[in-house]
Amino acid sequence: MTSLDQLQEGATATLISVDGQPTLRRRLMEMGLLPGTPLQLIRRLDLGGVLELEVRRSRLSLRHAEAMHLHVAAT
Amino acid sequence: MRTTTASSTPTIVIAGNPNTGKSTVFNQLTGGRAKIGNYPGITVERSSGRIILPGGRMATIEDSPGTYSLASRSNEELLALESIAGIDPMPRADLVIVTVDASQLSRNLYLVLQIVELRVPVIVALNMTDTLLESGQQIDVDCLQRELGVPVVPMMARRGRGLGDLVRVIDQVLQTPAMALPGWRWEPSPGPLMDDIHDVAAVVPDSWHQGCEDRRRSLALWALLSADAEHHLAGVPQALLQQATQRRQSAETAGRDLDREIIEGRYRWIDSCVSRCLQEDPRRVSMTDRVDRVLLHPGLGLALFVLMMTVVFQALFTGADPIIGLIEEGVARVGQAAGAALGPGLFGEFVVNGVIDGVGAFVVFLPQILMLFLFIGLMEDSGYMARVAVLMDRVMKSMGLHGRAFVPMLSGFACAVPAIMATRTMERRRDRLLTMMALPLMTCSARLPVYGLLIAAMVPPSQEGGFAQGLLMAFMYLFGTAMALIVAWVMSKTMLRGSYIPLVIEMPPYRLPHWPSVSRMVMRRVSDFMKTAGTIILIGSIIIWALLTFPRDTALQAPFEQRQQQIERQLESASSPELRSPLEDQLDALQRERASAMTRQSYAGRLGHAIEPLIEPLGFDWKIGVGIISAFAAREVFVSTMGVVFGVGEDVDEESEDLRSKIWADKWPDGRRVFTPLVCLSLMVFFALACQCMSTLAVVRRETGGWGWPAFMFGYMTILAWAASFLVFQTGRLFGFA
Repeated sequence: MTSLDQLQEGATATLISVDGQPTLRRRLMEMGLLPGTPLQLIRRLDLGGVLELEVRRSRLSLRHAEAMHLHVAAT
Repeated sequence: MRTTTASSTPTIVIAGNPNTGKSTVFNQLTGGRAKIGNYPGITVERSSGRIILPGGRMATIEDSPGTYSLASRSNEELLALESIAGIDPMPRADLVIVTVDASQLSRNLYLVLQIVELRVPVIVALNMTDTLLESGQQIDVDCLQRELGVPVVPMMARRGRGLGDLVRVIDQVLQTPAMALPGWRWEPSPGPLMDDIHDVAAVVPDSWHQGCEDRRRSLALWALLSADAEHHLAGVPQALLQQATQRRQSAETAGRDLDREIIEGRYRWIDSCVSRCLQEDPRRVSMTDRVDRVLLHPGLGLALFVLMMTVVFQALFTGADPIIGLIEEGVARVGQAAGAALGPGLFGEFVVNGVIDGVGAFVVFLPQILMLFLFIGLMEDSGYMARVAVLMDRVMKSMGLHGRAFVPMLSGFACAVPAIMATRTMERRRDRLLTMMALPLMTCSARLPVYGLLIAAMVPPSQEGGFAQGLLMAFMYLFGTAMALIVAWVMSKTMLRGSYIPLVIEMPPYRLPHWPSVSRMVMRRVSDFMKTAGTIILIGSIIIWALLTFPRDTALQAPFEQRQQQIERQLESASSPELRSPLEDQLDALQRERASAMTRQSYAGRLGHAIEPLIEPLGFDWKIGVGIISAFAAREVFVSTMGVVFGVGEDVDEESEDLRSKIWADKWPDGRRVFTPLVCLSLMVFFALACQCMSTLAVVRRETGGWGWPAFMFGYMTILAWAASFLVFQTGRLFGFA
């Protein structure tokens, strides 16, 4: 298990757990980032300090600091 | 459940996730004739319109803020619940249309479920069905309709497809609401969560649940997800929030994860529904993917971003110039014609210099507003704006600003007025305020003539400006930008701290901009500016004109009158052009002298004298004081006011040699020169920081909905400007540059 920000570009993974501040956690889960959900890291936008991922057919961008709270298992 | 009688006008609310075509559906249903207002007590735009149903019946349609969930952590997010659930003061909806992006079904259904739970009739507008094929998906609409228990209408709103079906279904549902009221879809099984819901449901106020059990439970569920010790939600009964918070805490103590139980419960239902109604091919590379490989490429993407922003900036900064020139010329012509028609006298002067110039003062902003909003509309509608926010997030966040503040801040280099209007692209009030407060420090184009005049005045009139002058101009730009960013940073750490909002931005698929939507948005902004800010600017211009015109001291004018008549008599008797031309020159000079004397004794002139003690420590005399006061109409007016005060005439620009030599020769009563290089620098610093622009204040008033923030802006900028100029002038003096 590793955190989302450790993934390589293009890697797929399954979400294991979400932690962090309750507001962030709730928002992430409401957008469909629930344990067991498959996802893919599309690209790192390092200049913006942001990661782009695909989950449930939509593209989301998260800051590195937030991606650390998403724990995943690579698939 | 309220039933609608044929006599009352039913209310329809449109809801949906962001980027699902909610406003397109709204605009098409209302035929683009929407009334724009604000939500009560908060400056979030609210549109409403009317629709005529097949039977000839009318219905009101209300837009609601785009959202992924009804759960709220801020008062702005609360608006979605209030307008959809019809909580006081919002009207109770007879029907809610939820726009759904068909290619992102499961995430969109999360909102649909919450609305269905509220027991309000729902129609799902399954939009963007054209993208389904491209993304390799297929939806069985009948199946979805069965599972959800509400009517589902497939649509391609941008092309106007499905609209007729939607209107027909709206009519049916308004007549038979039961067909769109399936009751709860996901139901927690009996157990601790059900107990929590019942417990909190007991404190949901009557005015919220309106006697409906489903609604009562769904609002309890809402409170369980929204309650939070840190967040204050205005308008939500304290008892409800307390009860929910308490339940959350005891759940946590018992080792339960309430958020996950609720959200996962809903998604489990959604996933099983989707698995029955949606067929997916293995993923294909979409158009968006191909575009993003270029636009978000580490090197190339950045280069294209810089290029695009340069185009936007250039268009605002120089591209608008010819049109602005035409407008100014047009205003001048209208003024001349009116002046000729009305003849000399106070009334004519009022119409020409007060009213017509005042109208010109705000019409002149239209080209830039039009252009900026055209660009913003294209960027928003195509999906690029979300990428800009992401690309700029790190830089802007370090200053406490939102990533989306980038375009407004950049536009600030051209003009703060459209830039402040552009802060609307940010959702949070705190982000908008912060950007608005820092923005006017960016070096706008109206400061350029002032800097030009003052930089030129630093060297003797015979000398040409050199490299150092160019460098100084560049420095002023840098100075303004740095101050704007510092102010933003300081305010973000103090008065506008705001809670940390995680950046979870959806990157919408790229789409070709929908011209009707973009142009409608642009026109709305323009007319909004004309109606609200325009009035204030017009009144302000008239006041400043009056300050510069009154009182009309007849004793002072008499000698000028006499000499004028003298010259005119000589002119009449003069026959040859050689004799006439020196006389005409004399007449011109006399008129300039008279204007100068009039301005000096006007209220503005007296005000300049009155504030002299205040600005003397900055190195300014009363004439500069008059300039500063008149520049409140617009910064560049400083140049023409100097022209009038120095008797050069008002039709001067910053390159006028005449004005330059007059300024160079200007002396204090004790014989020291007024405009020393140090004073010029101090005055430039003052202009860089002071809020010398009533139009900026007028738009801030419009955007914040009161005079409080514009007053604060004026206050802090004036104090900052005074202090900085003081520092520059006094330090300079210490080092012997007097």
